[in-house]
Amino acid sequence: MSESIEKTQASAPGEGETERRLNMIEAINDALSIMLDRDPDVIVMGEDVGYFGGVFRCTAGLQEKFGKTRVFDTPISECGIIGAAVGMGAYGLRPVPEIQFADYIYPGLDQLISEAARLRYRSAAEFIAPMTVRSPFGGGIFGGQTHSQSPESLFTHVSGLKTVIPSTPYDAKGLLIAAIEDNDPVIFFEPKRIYNGPFDGFYDRPVQPWKKHPQSLVPEGYYRIPLGQARIVREGEAMTVLAYGTMCHVAEGVCREKGIDAEIIDLRTLVPLDIETIEASIKKTGRCMIVHEATRTSGFGAELSALVQERCFYHLEAPIERVTGFDTPYPHSLEWAYFPGPIRIGEAIDKLLQD
Amino acid sequence: MADRPEGHNKPKLSLHVPEPKFRPGDTVDFSDIGVTEPGGQPRPDEACAAQDTAPLCHDLIRVLGDDDEAHGPWDPKLDSETLRTMLGHFALTRAFDERMFRGQRQGKTSFYMKCTGEEATSVAAAMALASDDMVFPSYRQQGVLIARGYPILEMINQIYSNKADKLKGRQLPIMYSSREKSFFSISGNLATQTPQAVGWAMASAIKGDSRIAATWVGEGSTAEGDFHSACTFATVYNAPVILNVINNQWAISSFSGFAGAERTTFAARALGYGLAGLRVDGNDPLAVFAAERWAANRARSNAGPTLIEHFTYRAEGHSTSDDPSGYRSAQEREEWPLGDPIMRLKKHLIALGEWDEERQETLDADCMDRVKKATKEAEKNGILGHGLHHPFRTMFEDVYEDLPWHLKEQAEQAIHERKTKFPEGLPEA
Repeated sequence: MSESIEKTQASAPGEGETERRLNMIEAINDALSIMLDRDPDVIVMGEDVGYFGGVFRCTAGLQEKFGKTRVFDTPISECGIIGAAVGMGAYGLRPVPEIQFADYIYPGLDQLISEAARLRYRSAAEFIAPMTVRSPFGGGIFGGQTHSQSPESLFTHVSGLKTVIPSTPYDAKGLLIAAIEDNDPVIFFEPKRIYNGPFDGFYDRPVQPWKKHPQSLVPEGYYRIPLGQARIVREGEAMTVLAYGTMCHVAEGVCREKGIDAEIIDLRTLVPLDIETIEASIKKTGRCMIVHEATRTSGFGAELSALVQERCFYHLEAPIERVTGFDTPYPHSLEWAYFPGPIRIGEAIDKLLQD
Repeated sequence: MADRPEGHNKPKLSLHVPEPKFRPGDTVDFSDIGVTEPGGQPRPDEACAAQDTAPLCHDLIRVLGDDDEAHGPWDPKLDSETLRTMLGHFALTRAFDERMFRGQRQGKTSFYMKCTGEEATSVAAAMALASDDMVFPSYRQQGVLIARGYPILEMINQIYSNKADKLKGRQLPIMYSSREKSFFSISGNLATQTPQAVGWAMASAIKGDSRIAATWVGEGSTAEGDFHSACTFATVYNAPVILNVINNQWAISSFSGFAGAERTTFAARALGYGLAGLRVDGNDPLAVFAAERWAANRARSNAGPTLIEHFTYRAEGHSTSDDPSGYRSAQEREEWPLGDPIMRLKKHLIALGEWDEERQETLDADCMDRVKKATKEAEKNGILGHGLHHPFRTMFEDVYEDLPWHLKEQAEQAIHERKTKFPEGLPEA
């Protein structure tokens, strides 16, 4: 299980450290608080993040604790938020801007793609953009078209950016600390569907809170999970499932219901990708299913599929299956018809195993 | 519809598409440009309220008159040594532009952009700042680098993308970067530097530093959303920043009317944001220096940001890829009522008895010689497309701090391709 893998990491918490049960919001808040405390150059800013503490409460209490010049509200201008963060990074700060919803990151795209991502390269490392753009993303909350999107492939396609997506409170804290300390610009997408509890895709059943999940046990102090390392959610032999964010839990739920001995890999970081863990798993299982909420065409699943095909072709016993959102804008009333849930994933599993 | 006036004699709505006054072949008449009396503009206190600058947003701050003397409260009263230093930077900038333009025509590089006629807006402005104030330039502020003493050899190495290019041949010519000279990396994407400058200034304020930021943007690029973001952030956080708008009348082939100049000035936009605004004769080096110094003092004393419109004229084509005879009258340059910044400063120094034509000739010859020597020196490191460039592996470096596995694989592919291309052994690189 995942516990043993994490314990082997050099930066894992030491024995005897206190642990607490946190949901993902609290884990993110904790990571920000620790980094604001450790590094005077860390700055948190964004729409409603200051006095109010964020529309999802991720920055609650931080302004009171660290002051208005460390944690502050911004005008409603994603271009301005990202652009100012690039300038702050050039000065030597380590800004952590928040974009309230990933659906609203587009006005800041030019600053991210043309500036933050390219600054180190174009200046031959004279200037860098050591910023972490936090943004809630993903669907499953009746957010309609502009509160549900998963635009990760727009960022994985940009050289110079790193893209990180946690799926548990433990990972959210450790990965966010690592992202803030990273000297490259990081897009940190937080799956808002699982802010308060893991979601297994069975939307008609009661939602479980994080406190019942083993991955909600979060060490008190500083620890980091290196970017570029996947997490094996569960080991298995029948097939490999590549997923991230909410879909790790959905895939796990469906495999549990169907009694499938799948190996589920939570990618955690899309760029740089942990290709070794992926390759080793698929060479063992011979079958690969990729699951993401984002729309299918040119989604990150296409990149994963191509990599697996190139590197594991002779080990594949069936065509790679991609289970994704449909190629439509995210609908409101038809949320559960759109969302890649148990039926779509179940049928893909059946197809993979039948070949 | 009931809510619309009845009748058939209502005018049809019509779309206004701006048109410049003069096209190729037209006789130019600039008499409608409000050239104000030098010395006639009031100089408010640097800590004044932004709205107190309202009259200066539609006026034109001028110091140097037709009599070549300095006039009025904006006279920065620079000593003659400083004026001669400024003239030296002007002469070097123009000599550099001439030679680099020619170098592009000779095929030594792919691209160049001159700043002819706009030298004051970079050189005089830079001289009014502290050397460690951070500048976020656009692509037409080579005068800032020259005023800050950046070696022209390094500029030419960058233009040639040769093996000594500090940016490792990654950037289009003239997209300089110098952390040492507090000169931010130039981007091809217009106006992106403006909110970045504000962010840098905010950072300086957050840390309780005393450095300020200044950015330059063309009047055409003020139409970008980034400029609006920059003005908003600057005013919201009272950021210690100067927003220089270089209104040189032209954005490639589009006259300033397409950025909104027909009905207001660019300086006047400052007022809507609550920024201080100054509109200055961009070809008057003393006025430019004075306005920039005013704004720098204002920013440094926490009194707030300033937007300065430098009213000037782009005397040459937009770039080596542009031919202005296709869209504007050739007479415009000759008729421009505010003259040439270098000539105006030269004549002022002569009027002061601190300069003469002979010394000017010597200065110009020295500058040409300096550029020529630097060019020869740079050519030893290679010119574009002639082999001497950075090693192939450097293409993959600095994308990230560390090389991830996929870039390692691609770097191996590039090196493999190179070996396949040169089976007899690799040429020197």
